[in-house]
Amino acid sequence: MAWLTGHLTVLVFWAFAGVAIVSAAMCVTRRNPVASALWLVVTLFQLAGLFVVLDAQFLAVLQVLVYAGAIMVLFLFVIMLLNLGQGGPHDFKGVIGLGVGAVLAVLLLLQLSVLRHLEPPAAIALPPGTMAAQQAHDGLVGTVARPLFDAYLVPFEITSLLLLAAIVGAVVLAMRKL
Amino acid sequence: MLLGPSLAVSAVLFTIGVTGVLVRRNAIVIFMCVELMLNAVNLTFVAFAQRLGVAGQIFVFFVMAVAAAEAAVGLAIILAIYRHLAPP
Repeated sequence: MAWLTGHLTVLVFWAFAGVAIVSAAMCVTRRNPVASALWLVVTLFQLAGLFVVLDAQFLAVLQVLVYAGAIMVLFLFVIMLLNLGQGGPHDFKGVIGLGVGAVLAVLLLLQLSVLRHLEPPAAIALPPGTMAAQQAHDGLVGTVARPLFDAYLVPFEITSLLLLAAIVGAVVLAMRKL
Repeated sequence: MLLGPSLAVSAVLFTIGVTGVLVRRNAIVIFMCVELMLNAVNLTFVAFAQRLGVAGQIFVFFVMAVAAAEAAVGLAIILAIYRHLAPP
């Protein structure tokens, strides 16, 4: 049974990962900004699914609420406010720009592919299933919330300051007369 | 364990985001590609959190807050630029 569950987890993981990669590629290649934004929403939903597979259920909910909900609505709102729905002829860079972009992308992918073989040192790695056990003990939200309001309280409060600064900055920038 | 595959998927998503920033001209699409890169890094954090403790998940929480702030300010800047370039 555990064997079957493990294989099913891997299968679900690759299903989410495949759709995420394909829709991210669609997001980059679509000419129309609205289509790009909607493909990005698909990618964010798939990432939420990957979070669930990786034992981060609370973050998956936050991902859907904050990213797919709030941030992408902001993007679509600005696209429609500026009436950019068509996508112009100069949306992509020229042949040289595309070539340089492709070469740099391949180089970066080769460099990052080393990560595949990365394994955390055994001295600090937790035994498999620790996160699931902790979630069963503390609850899905409690696992994240307890350290957040304990060891990470000061960074958490500073985040509220950051959001306040962002609100003030956005209002000042969006005023008619700069 | 899915650490290696997660890091591979995250690397691919990050590369797609970088490619988008490099080849696109539309400011809003470039901005969306930056969001894609942030999400790829979030996936790395979550994958490591499964093996190294819950601190990684808390970092994702902070990254989301920073991304929300960045989106608000960045889109306000883009609005100001478009207004400056094409006054109504």
